[in-house]
Amino acid sequence: MIFLHPVAAVGRSFLALLAIIGRVTLYLGATLSHLVRPPFYWREFLSALMTIGYFSLPVVGLTMVFTGGALALQIYSGGARFNAEAVVPQIVAIGIVRELGPVLTGLMVAGRVSAAIAAEIGTMKVTEQIDALVTLSTHPLKYLTVPRVLAATIVVPVLAAVGDTIGILGGYLVGTTRLGFNAATYLQNTADFLEAADIVSGLVKASVFGFIVALMGCYHGMNSGRGAQGVGRATTNAVVSASVLILASNYLLTELFF
Amino acid sequence: MIELHDVHKAFGSNQVLRGMTLTIPKGSSMVIIGGSGTGKSVALKCILGLIRPDAGTILLDGQNVAQADRDPFLARFGMLFQGGALFDSLTVWQNVAFRLLRGALKRPKEEARAIAIEKLRRVGLTPETADLYPAELSGGMQKRVGLARAIAADPEIIFFDEPTTGLDPIMAGVINELIREIVTEMGATAMTITHDMSSVRAIADNVAMLHAGKIRWTGPVADMDASGDPYLTQFITGSAEGPIEAVR
Repeated sequence: MIFLHPVAAVGRSFLALLAIIGRVTLYLGATLSHLVRPPFYWREFLSALMTIGYFSLPVVGLTMVFTGGALALQIYSGGARFNAEAVVPQIVAIGIVRELGPVLTGLMVAGRVSAAIAAEIGTMKVTEQIDALVTLSTHPLKYLTVPRVLAATIVVPVLAAVGDTIGILGGYLVGTTRLGFNAATYLQNTADFLEAADIVSGLVKASVFGFIVALMGCYHGMNSGRGAQGVGRATTNAVVSASVLILASNYLLTELFF
Repeated sequence: MIELHDVHKAFGSNQVLRGMTLTIPKGSSMVIIGGSGTGKSVALKCILGLIRPDAGTILLDGQNVAQADRDPFLARFGMLFQGGALFDSLTVWQNVAFRLLRGALKRPKEEARAIAIEKLRRVGLTPETADLYPAELSGGMQKRVGLARAIAADPEIIFFDEPTTGLDPIMAGVINELIREIVTEMGATAMTITHDMSSVRAIADNVAMLHAGKIRWTGPVADMDASGDPYLTQFITGSAEGPIEAVR
């Protein structure tokens, strides 16, 4: 019956996936339940706002300025095939605000923050700091997960908004210095073309991505294995799962909005 | 008084506790000894509710700990962890005063800091250490901070998990002395887990030896050397020859 082994392997993987989905769902439920019950740890929340938001600004800014510039070049080059070079400002704006801004911000924050959260909480688990929290009458979920998840949900849209602006600026710089667009016209076209719904949908997406990033970081940190290898694996799993969930939820949200 | 009755705990196929029964009288210092992997830490974590036993009952002053209201229950305990388990992101005084800065025992910040500094002084650390971070301290100092945190809220019961592991003999002696002094002056019930026989002699009123998931021998520390139990004798003398297998 050796020919059945691949089928069994697929079955085992599927069951393992269902088990993980179940555990993450329970963790999500517990997080939401603690979110609405006191106490709330303000100091940890403010600290998470700084760590997730402020310190991610450089990486998000750099990512978006280059992306905006490259997008302007690509649209110009593609548009030239059917004499539509003039649409560069509009397409850069809509591409950045609706799609690339929130998704790239989410992915960059996933790489930077999800890994850091998983490593920090995983190390706390390995060094018995999580047990110490419990013995000090402090619920680890309330103290570690809730402030980070809430902070990321609030601050990633802000990061995305800053990223959107910088991305559009990148397109503007390339458009005006390399592609011969008039500066005032470029900005006017960008402003005229964008609608409030474009901006709001992008920020809602970013908020969902922030929630995913922090939740995956905390979940994998809390479920980290023993030793350096266990923490390393938790870190990798946090980044991979957050990135995949961001891309999957981006598609679902896009279907929902448009 | 802490009572464990026929407590069982397994992790997968690994049966760690196989019917552990032990009584720790109020105000006494019980030291549990035993080889690595015999379930000492698991027993301690079962009492605290960090691990749920598979079977058996654990009573604290006659009340089943599984049914106890968690916050008031945990407020009665202080614990010194093996590696200190200090929170890296907080300063020394914030670690010590952790319980006094939040929750039911919350005090004003200045009062909490003053208590933390007093507890640090009690374990032989100067007020200058209060604003350092744990990573800036030596292993011995971290243990002392952990001890100060364990006693910060004046608990009725204090657990010490391998309090001298990783310390040089002099520092180990200092920590042992501190534990004995603090337990005596606070009148607390203490439960210590250790492999270190010098700790046993310095800290214990009573000793229990855990082997193969059960209490093999228990009695006053003064009776330990003359127990006649071959397992206990082998453990005390550290001999490779005897009923306890050297390779486990």
